[in-house]
Amino acid sequence: MLLRHEPSPEMIRDEHLYKEMGVSEEEFELMQSEMGRLPNYTELGLFSVMWSEHCSYKNSKVLLKKFPVDGPRVLQGPGEGAGVIDIDDEQAVVFKIESHNHPSAVEPYEGAATGVGGIIRDVFSMGARPVALLNSLRFGELKNPRVNYLFEGVTAGIAGYGNCIGIPTVGGEIQFDPCYEGNPLVNAMCVGLIDHKDIQKGQAKGTGNPVLYVGASTGRDGIHGATFASEELSEDSEAKRPAVQVGDPFMEKLLIEACLEAVKHPKLVGIQDMGAAGLTSSSAEMASKAGAGIHMNLDLVPQREKGMTPYEMMLSESQERMLLVVEDGSEQEFIDLFEEWGLHAVVIGEVTDTKRLVLEHDGRVAADVPVDALAEEAPVYHKPSQVPAYYTQFQQEAPWSMEINDAGSTLKELLSQYTIASKEWVYDQYDYMVRTNTVVAPGSDAAVLRIRGTEKALAMTTDCNSRFIYLDPYEGGKMAVAEAVRNLTASGAEALGVTDCLNYGSPDNPEIFWQLEQSTDGLSEACRALQTPVVGGNVSLYNETSKGAVYPTPVVGMVGLIQNIDHITTQAVKQPGDRVFLVSGGAPQLNGTELQKLYKGSISGKMNPLDLDLEQRLAGQVLNGIREGLIQSAHDVSEGGLLCALTEKLFGTGMGMEVHGIEHSAAALFGEGYPAYIVTVPEAFVQKAESLLKDAVEIGTVTETATFSVKNQNGETIVNEPVDTLETAWRGAIACALKSKV
Amino acid sequence: MKFAVIIFPGSNCDVDMYHAIKDALQEEVEYIRHTETSLNGADAVLLPGGFSYGDYLRAGAMAHVSPIMQAVKEAAEEGKPVLGVCNGFQVLLESRLLPGAMLRNKDLHFVCRTVPLTVENEKTMFTRHYEKGETIQIPVAHGEGNYFCSPEDLQELKENDQILFTYKQPFNGSTADIAGIMNKEGNVLGMMPHPERAVESLLGSEDGLRLFTSILSYWREHHAVTS
Repeated sequence: MLLRHEPSPEMIRDEHLYKEMGVSEEEFELMQSEMGRLPNYTELGLFSVMWSEHCSYKNSKVLLKKFPVDGPRVLQGPGEGAGVIDIDDEQAVVFKIESHNHPSAVEPYEGAATGVGGIIRDVFSMGARPVALLNSLRFGELKNPRVNYLFEGVTAGIAGYGNCIGIPTVGGEIQFDPCYEGNPLVNAMCVGLIDHKDIQKGQAKGTGNPVLYVGASTGRDGIHGATFASEELSEDSEAKRPAVQVGDPFMEKLLIEACLEAVKHPKLVGIQDMGAAGLTSSSAEMASKAGAGIHMNLDLVPQREKGMTPYEMMLSESQERMLLVVEDGSEQEFIDLFEEWGLHAVVIGEVTDTKRLVLEHDGRVAADVPVDALAEEAPVYHKPSQVPAYYTQFQQEAPWSMEINDAGSTLKELLSQYTIASKEWVYDQYDYMVRTNTVVAPGSDAAVLRIRGTEKALAMTTDCNSRFIYLDPYEGGKMAVAEAVRNLTASGAEALGVTDCLNYGSPDNPEIFWQLEQSTDGLSEACRALQTPVVGGNVSLYNETSKGAVYPTPVVGMVGLIQNIDHITTQAVKQPGDRVFLVSGGAPQLNGTELQKLYKGSISGKMNPLDLDLEQRLAGQVLNGIREGLIQSAHDVSEGGLLCALTEKLFGTGMGMEVHGIEHSAAALFGEGYPAYIVTVPEAFVQKAESLLKDAVEIGTVTETATFSVKNQNGETIVNEPVDTLETAWRGAIACALKSKV
Repeated sequence: MKFAVIIFPGSNCDVDMYHAIKDALQEEVEYIRHTETSLNGADAVLLPGGFSYGDYLRAGAMAHVSPIMQAVKEAAEEGKPVLGVCNGFQVLLESRLLPGAMLRNKDLHFVCRTVPLTVENEKTMFTRHYEKGETIQIPVAHGEGNYFCSPEDLQELKENDQILFTYKQPFNGSTADIAGIMNKEGNVLGMMPHPERAVESLLGSEDGLRLFTSILSYWREHHAVTS
């Protein structure tokens, strides 16, 4: 038996030991006034995790309040496991995105895998059947051995968990930039389907109702990094285990099936997953939301290891665990239900009316804390913000441009940039078809899944061009939302709502906090204008290494509804002879583009403002054109600009394209950051399309010959390349970077 | 005709198999849990893909000792059609209903994509609606689909025309590019590609449907009197 020396409350106070748990002096004072006494070691642990940014959003709350969270279709906004949006016919879509950046930087496989596992639990704890997974990833530049290792490990981890659990990984995005070198971003999103009547809440109601613990047993994995007493660590090498949890997708598969059965049981009162801060957050939040208390006997908690302390049990982040509250007297029915799936459910406590979380261990009360103090009354900070010097400088810079001599070779170079290149190497490893609903697989603008038994389909995407946000957090924030809307629109969907994952550096740096402020303002404005309320999300701060912070990266996860499966549209051209239209407005810009990064070596300059009315108008036109059956393929213009978007429409089709009347300038050919779609229309519908798509200009024709040619306004050929050559550059870049000796 | 889809803990293509039969083939189908000991009168058995028992120990190793497998073996002995797809194939190998074993894909990566297969033998209850040498598009999704067998087994598989499908463009390292094999008796088929994922044009390919219509037409012929 290992000896543990937990410091006394007085020691914690006198030696300021709370600081090593990330608790400030003021916060420690506040805890004392909430408690009316000094907290003991376990209680301090409960407070420190519940008041951490991850659980309390204490640094970001003031900003999150600005998001529009309501809309006619919103059934559940932020605050529960995941947001819920009505999709008619008494059905709803449930979705959320979450980060697992830090664990993935240390242990890419398990970090990414448990990120996937966690977000799936958030969705099925709402009572929804998880139907799809997406992700948004950021890495340093490939060919750096460490980056290659992280990239391969994260991909394998996402694949390992998603494939085994049998939820298709259908989409996502990956960008590469040196700022993510030591701090990759791994954001996982899960989408679920539910009937309105099955929507659950994580509430612990009804005094005397038993509290059930279900799933994996509790170990010492993931105990919060701020484990402080150094003497404890040195005496106990067991506790030195990495803070990264280990996932078991098989266990979670059983949990999903069993829990989805349990949510249909009329005697289930509440259910919540044990995610960050494990048993602490699930119990405190469930009690607080219901205005109740919880009394738990920790001796009853299934434990993987001997001699675990209350502190360790409460702070463990062992995976694949759920907390349920059921009606008194029905506990055996639930225990039997879980037993059917080979899972053990154990009663570990009961709901009380004391509004306190009381933990009993070894015959003693180990902690006795007001639940609201833990869950609701974390301090809220409005950190100082300051305009960064770089931004002021960028605003004054003369616009950057360059001469394009050989547009064909520039195009080839851009297509092989890792951010633009095909991500086939990655999604080949994801089972994106399991459950046989995936109509549009990874590689198009948005993934599309049909809803079996209906005419409807769901489109989903993750987007964030962090370079724009770095240059101008406000305009860039708007653009992240707009890009997601474009991707959904191009797929034939009406955007429903947003889940966001805000990845930033340290908010203690006023310049970073300014980025947070500005970009959330931009996101909010765009979400309002484009009618996509934010129904949930996650904040990940302190994404920094000694080399500095990552670009501000607020990833937008968005889900859209396709009314009829006939409207499902992909980016690939459909048949020779179809006319190519550019539906756009505003001016393409070069600051923050792939072109600037490639040729200037870094990004800088100011961003043009994005016109959200225009954005909305174009989306309306494209969606109408799709619903009217005029538009047969659609793709938005994003990284790499017009020429990259045009060629992406050809890859894999065996067809070519003749494009004409394009200005021979860097901005027109490769500019980004403006609302633009490329659509194809069969010749017979051209007139009708022209009258419907007011902002469309015909720019070319799909050809049988697999050549991509572009003429300028004077009719001079500026690009003439076999599609094959372009496709090889685009398709092979990532696999090639991983194979090359570094 | 009545099909049974076996569910092991960790099976995840059970739903796909179920819908392929119910919606595309439009025949009767029932889930049977691993703890059952009877197939409840099913005429054919479908072992779906997934990660039974998390693939712990070895893919298919635990599933093959679950209670329902005795009934599956009996059905196989009675000559009923038994189809194992992906993890289901792995279970059939572990059960020794088919020869050989699975290794990890040669590049050690999971692979999910639609691949062209060559139909090698069309004279079976599973392939009678295909043509010999025909190329069909069927999705694969596996990390351990690198089929391995001894030279003697391979010789026998070839001599008895037990190889039904091969990969047209090899990718996982399989011996003789094998994608699917049957037993000598011709009623047990194991294959890594997923025919149940290719039964409707909306999802990209209908080439898998003919495998199920083949089974149905065979069964109807042999049960003309009773049905």
